[in-house]
Amino acid sequence: MKEGDRVIVRKEGKIYEGILMPERDGFIVLKLDNGYNIGINPEGAEIEVLEEFRSQEVRKEVLEERDGLPLISIVSTGGTIASKVDYRTGAVTAKFSPEEILELIPEMKELANYRGRSLFNILSENMRPENWVQMAKAVYEEIKNGAYGVIITHGTDTMGYSSAALSFMLRTPVPVVFVGAQRSADRPSSDNVVNAVCSTHVAKSNIAEVVVAMHHTTSDDLVAVHRGTKVRKMHMSRRDAFKSINATPVALVEYPSGKIKVLGDYVKRNERELEIYPKLEEKCALLKFFPGSPPEIIDFFIERGYRGIVIEGTGLGHVSAEWIPHIKEAVESGVLVTMTSQCLFGRVCDRVYDTGRDLLRAGVVEAEDMLPETALVKSMWLLAHYDLEEAKRLMKVNLVGEINPRSTGGAEFGF
Amino acid sequence: MDFKKLGLRAGLEIHQQLKTKEKLFCRCPPEMRDFEESSYQFFRYLHATPSELGEVDVAAEEEVSLRRKYSYFGYDSTCLIENDEEPPKELDRESLEIALMIAKMMNMQIVDQIHVMRKIVVDGSNTTGFQRTALIALDGYIEVDGKKIRIPSLCLEEDAAQRIEGDNFSLDRLGIPLVEISTAPDMESPEEVRKVAERIGEILRSTGRVRRGLGTIRQDVNVSISDGARIEIKGVQELEMLEEIVRLEAKRQLELLRIRDELRRRGASVGDVKEVTELFKNTKSKILRRKVEEGGIVLALLLRGFSGLLGRELIPGLRFGTEIADRMRRRGAGGCFHTDELPGYGITEDEVTKLREFMNAQENDAILIIAEKREIAEKAMEAAIKRCKEALQGVPEETRRAMEDGTTRYMRPLPGAARMYPETDIPPVKITREMLENIKIPELISEAEERFKKEYGLNEELARKIARSENRFLFERVVKEFEISPQLVVRVIEEIIPQIRREGAKVESLSEEHFMSFFKAMSEGRFAKEASDEILMKWCEKPENDLTEILEELGIKGGTFEELKKFVKKLVEERKDFVKERGERAFSPLMGMVMKEFRGKVDGKIVSEVLKEEIRKVLEEG
Ligand SMILES: [Zn+2]
Repeated sequence: MKEGDRVIVRKEGKIYEGILMPERDGFIVLKLDNGYNIGINPEGAEIEVLEEFRSQEVRKEVLEERDGLPLISIVSTGGTIASKVDYRTGAVTAKFSPEEILELIPEMKELANYRGRSLFNILSENMRPENWVQMAKAVYEEIKNGAYGVIITHGTDTMGYSSAALSFMLRTPVPVVFVGAQRSADRPSSDNVVNAVCSTHVAKSNIAEVVVAMHHTTSDDLVAVHRGTKVRKMHMSRRDAFKSINATPVALVEYPSGKIKVLGDYVKRNERELEIYPKLEEKCALLKFFPGSPPEIIDFFIERGYRGIVIEGTGLGHVSAEWIPHIKEAVESGVLVTMTSQCLFGRVCDRVYDTGRDLLRAGVVEAEDMLPETALVKSMWLLAHYDLEEAKRLMKVNLVGEINPRSTGGAEFGF
Repeated sequence: MDFKKLGLRAGLEIHQQLKTKEKLFCRCPPEMRDFEESSYQFFRYLHATPSELGEVDVAAEEEVSLRRKYSYFGYDSTCLIENDEEPPKELDRESLEIALMIAKMMNMQIVDQIHVMRKIVVDGSNTTGFQRTALIALDGYIEVDGKKIRIPSLCLEEDAAQRIEGDNFSLDRLGIPLVEISTAPDMESPEEVRKVAERIGEILRSTGRVRRGLGTIRQDVNVSISDGARIEIKGVQELEMLEEIVRLEAKRQLELLRIRDELRRRGASVGDVKEVTELFKNTKSKILRRKVEEGGIVLALLLRGFSGLLGRELIPGLRFGTEIADRMRRRGAGGCFHTDELPGYGITEDEVTKLREFMNAQENDAILIIAEKREIAEKAMEAAIKRCKEALQGVPEETRRAMEDGTTRYMRPLPGAARMYPETDIPPVKITREMLENIKIPELISEAEERFKKEYGLNEELARKIARSENRFLFERVVKEFEISPQLVVRVIEEIIPQIRREGAKVESLSEEHFMSFFKAMSEGRFAKEASDEILMKWCEKPENDLTEILEELGIKGGTFEELKKFVKKLVEERKDFVKERGERAFSPLMGMVMKEFRGKVDGKIVSEVLKEEIRKVLEEG
């Protein structure tokens, strides 16, 4: 007896017939012929198999190449942009091959020819810096092999870290677009279709940067194109969770027309040569300061041989006075210490108050208007490619749009 | 009609909203709102690929064939869960409790562990694209006139958003808990259908925990006769219409079978479609001319052997031709003409003759014509051909919409098997022995009615009224706790309250506790029963005040009323002869005397009621 078998359950004179499903909390679960699942207490229940499960033949669609359409490469990393429901058993399976994605999102067929690459299948919270490196290398190869644009499907939780990492590691002459879904792809209301279709429009566009393309509003009308270093997931569940912080989005894409409205400067297609700098110093940490938080945490990272520490301080970029000697010690032992703010909005400025001035004297680097997460990824990248002094200098220099020299944006949040 | 002989079979599906504090999967109040109060709007597309829906499901395919944009209107009483922007909360326990109670009352087998499912619905009425629903109980029955009617299933589900118009939906109703009760097709006459529906309604209302009023209960009925087909009729609003609807549906099926037999006898068949735009080049028919001027074409369909049958009435107001026209409308056509009704509508005899000639029609043949843009005209003709071919087979299975006059119109094909998969965001709920033991089965309304007569001495009318009332449980609480006349309590609950509601009082702002303290004060004689309406009206305005404050405001101080009563009684007693002599005309002079004493202490209206009462008593003595 196994899942998917058609069975009869007899219990206390009652008979239930249906398809056997995975058990829940020790109960036998049956999918009845009317479509409903019910759980049956196994005590005193007898199960008889009527018909064994036979997996159904899956017909494989073959992708037709269409003349005159550009080649877009879809690199999947685990975020589900398409999934299929088997209503017979109720099982939901994520789909990654372009054939299957196009079967489920037929609108994409008209837009491009596709090549698929299943890189890995990792929940985004399980991503590690080594995965970012693999991602950068895979995208590099795809572009080298003629992709006109690259779409990376990614879980939404840590998408902002990945997009920042690829921004630093890749110099891309074509669009590299991260996309995901906030509502699972198995439901008819999922944001997957709008996001996927609009990300394809971006991948075909002139915006040759690493960007994130996700819903701009709760409606299915606009997708925002965020610069990979400026984007942050600002809501746990809403479709429009992704926002540009201290910046305006690069562009908005209209659905269903696919019209792109550019909102700011961007690097144009083929403006730069394809290059890759795929190294990261993993011994970097992001620390959040809170009132009363013990400064010994810094000592721990020094002892463990960490080379970069990004602090999420309060307000303009502060920590309590008792942290300062520990920070000083970190800097003196060769650690790159960068100050960001838990306010997220605004620009770190440690020249205004005494604590700030003490921090600067201790050797802290101000992260300007960078997101704490972006500053972390930037530390990893700088420390892997430059010596400490150069890394310190570059931390304050805008390299790939991670620092906005002028404080703009935030209107969406009422700023 | 002899329904037994016809082989009538009918079943019911009843959707009843439950009266709970919160919605089924979020903690929003289950409140219906005025559309004008909507505070935000958004829109979405629903995506479901045909292959995912399974090739057999024509109904769903018809719905998703177009990319439709659905707009949703939210309120300060809806949240991100209705917007499909946040995972649902766990199944509301209060709703589950009510569902279990109803299941027990219908002798059902309650499931050991409840699983919430997602049932795909892509008509826009659910922001998610599915309805959350759970099977609570199986295999029950109820008894009506000694016959067992099987109840195969009871489900607990969330109500859908309300369609305002077109593809605009209001989110207030989305998520209100409801039970769906399905009967087996065990009913054999229209009368029996009504009785079963009434009995189920009685069981539901007996719980005291279902919502009442317009739109809180919806009845669907499925009907077939031997050799006919299963027809699902949606949206029966009034219980009184059920009988008529079933009767007319049986008649419609019978007439369709008669038409089939006639068609077969004539050797009828469905012929070809030809374009006949040219024939109507100079037509005087305004409709045809306008359609052609707008770039449309005229198509004609030859129906061999159909003459005279298109115009035949199936049930009042519904001809066989209407059935065809309804199908064509579903495909976007405005309407059609057929030769049974021509010449007419500006189409001349001469045009009909030419049309018959062109189509090579014989005397027994009919012709159907339509004028629309080519694409629509062709699609509509396809639908017409399909319907006419079905007529040769008999009754086509379909879903129909109930109209107010008891007739039904074509709505969509019968849906295929429900497409369901587990709602993984909601954990299953284990039904414990304790939960089942805690459910107390309430007395049925009919039983309560009998008991009220015996126990409280209520007459037929009052017992009937209060037993059926939503306030039946309040009534019993009051008469059990306070020394008060049951008749009086019923009058206040069933007459005075509805009356002040009609006068505009917001009675819903008063809770059960308000009424308890009201009746307590009444039993203590703190005010006259005649003042009930005024007190309650004032209290509806200021439900946050306590009763003493309300009485003070109305000038009804503790004891004052007793004083008034004593004073009036004494006064009338002393002037008995005067009263007897003057009759009702004694009122004015006496009123003046009472008011002199009580002006500013008691409302004049109350004084007048008390005085009238005393005068009446004296006059009745004779
Ligand atoms: Zn809500």
